[in-house]
Amino acid sequence: MFTKDRLINLSIILLAIWFTWFAQNHFEEYTVRIINNVAIFIILAVSYNLINGVTGQFSLEPNGFVAVGAYVTAILTVDANGMLYQYDIEDPYPWILALQTNFFWALIFSGIISSLLALSLSFPVFRVRGDYLAIVTLGFGFIIRILAINSPEITNGSLGINDIPQASNLYWTGGFAIVAVLVILNIIYSKYGRAMKAVRDDEDAAIAMGVNTFKIKTLAFTTSAFFEGIGGGLLAALLTSISPDLFTFLLTFQLLIIIVLGGLGSTTGAILGTIFVMAGLEWMRFLDEPMNIFGYETDGLPGMRMVVFSLLLIIVMLFAREGLMGKKELKDLFKKKKVDK
Amino acid sequence: MDLLTFMQQMVNGFSLGSMYALIAIGYTMVYGVLRLINFAHGDIMMVGAFLAYAFISIFNLPFAFAVLLSVVISALVGILTDKIAYKPLREAPRISLLITAIGISFFLENAFTVFAGGIPRPFPVPEYMQNIFNVSGIIFSTSSIMVPIVTLVLLLAILFVLYKTKYGMAIRALSFDIKTVNLMGIDANKIISIVFALGSALAAVGGIFWVINYPSVEPMMGVLVGLKAFAAAVVGGIGSVTGAVLGGFIIGFTEVVVVAFFPDLAGYKDAFAFVFLIFVLLFKPTGIMGKDLEKSRF
Repeated sequence: MFTKDRLINLSIILLAIWFTWFAQNHFEEYTVRIINNVAIFIILAVSYNLINGVTGQFSLEPNGFVAVGAYVTAILTVDANGMLYQYDIEDPYPWILALQTNFFWALIFSGIISSLLALSLSFPVFRVRGDYLAIVTLGFGFIIRILAINSPEITNGSLGINDIPQASNLYWTGGFAIVAVLVILNIIYSKYGRAMKAVRDDEDAAIAMGVNTFKIKTLAFTTSAFFEGIGGGLLAALLTSISPDLFTFLLTFQLLIIIVLGGLGSTTGAILGTIFVMAGLEWMRFLDEPMNIFGYETDGLPGMRMVVFSLLLIIVMLFAREGLMGKKELKDLFKKKKVDK
Repeated sequence: MDLLTFMQQMVNGFSLGSMYALIAIGYTMVYGVLRLINFAHGDIMMVGAFLAYAFISIFNLPFAFAVLLSVVISALVGILTDKIAYKPLREAPRISLLITAIGISFFLENAFTVFAGGIPRPFPVPEYMQNIFNVSGIIFSTSSIMVPIVTLVLLLAILFVLYKTKYGMAIRALSFDIKTVNLMGIDANKIISIVFALGSALAAVGGIFWVINYPSVEPMMGVLVGLKAFAAAVVGGIGSVTGAVLGGFIIGFTEVVVVAFFPDLAGYKDAFAFVFLIFVLLFKPTGIMGKDLEKSRF
């Protein structure tokens, strides 16, 4: 019952729970906010990694699903008065006003609606493979954003929804991060996870071995959409205001850097990547500000962070293609001479 | 709807489609030889437009000379991106190439934002490009005549290079099998450089036409146009130059015609290309004129 692996896992989970509690009660507000962000991005990165790294389907869609989740949570948690007050372009539909739940159910609904969308989308999307898949899913992200801008009765158009109750705290974000990591790890180590890896390594061979690749891809796609939706909801409740501009391709790009840096296909890598990238982005804020280099005063260069970041991505791709973890998980590090399956 | 409006929209669609077509040719050629969606291609278009802007308004060069110079430099930038970012990854899985391309794209966008500022700048369109003709009610501007003509001339030139010259033969051979081409004594890297140079030069021409029609330059201008042009290349059948031009015209016409006849849908204008793309891929996964290039996957 208590094997070494399980004890390690259990202690990691307990440590994560303790850290969540400790951070929420003892850290400064600014630090807590960054940790909240990290926790949300862990959810997003780990679920994006499931479709992109584990199943090997290079899709560029998470900004779409995150947007859907964020809007669903926003609509479900802002009360009718607040909505009537801030919907300036068009009045909201009556049924939009009637929809009200508490935060937990709002998050669950965000996840469910995202994954239903993913399910219906998988029929056209998985007819194509490889590069075509990348461009179709990229187009999907665009379409979601354009729909959000052009449906002011539901989303308040380009103004976005403000005054969302700030319900996210570390218990929510950290809790969902732990749940997401556990669920996704369990999927990866189940027979479905092995089928996903088979699809990644050689799709034709997987078909020949009797794997229903469409089913497996759809499973990975809907699961990752579910958690991306929840992540979006948590993000909306953390930022308290959302607009279509938040969910551009930049979001997908950030997640892509995270999972590539961590090692495509490794959940541990996705978590480490999130911590490095989010902490790095915070730390590199000095690049955007005026600097003193060897006595020369430079003006502030807003955007320098992103230049450095894209260079970082290129350098990782050129010189350390496997990222931090390669395809290995945490527990593979403790084993010796055992090849990654 | 009368014939006149219809003809007017045709003229507009022709002009817009030509610009998409010019950019789509570069996508399709790079995809043909490297099997790489060159995400940075749209940004090369932006670089071309920016350089033309800089040469005209900062260095006061004459328009034609500035255009020529920026096209040449853009071609060099295209070769440079290949040498720096894509060449070391020739043997790597294709997903690495794709991610690097996204990295290059973001690098170009952000580098231009940092050093040139993110605010749109008015592009100085020369007087003679702004002449307006009225042919029995249909309104032409100089550029709306010039753009399709230049596109067709360049398309013919590209087709000539591809099908009548030694280099073209090498490019076509490369699109079949890169390893065998190396064994045949052709320097594959040199040929790939030529492909990048040709594609980037066309993208720069497309970018300059774009800012003549919509006279404002900003670092993010290449993103959406580039993606639509890529959608056009896929719709036409990726790997086929004629297909890319056809796809460009289809996407351009759809955009113009739908907006003209269903003004309610104007807000959704940017989504048409992708919706169209998904529909085409549903029924013909290789595009209208495409061959199956998807045999080797990453």
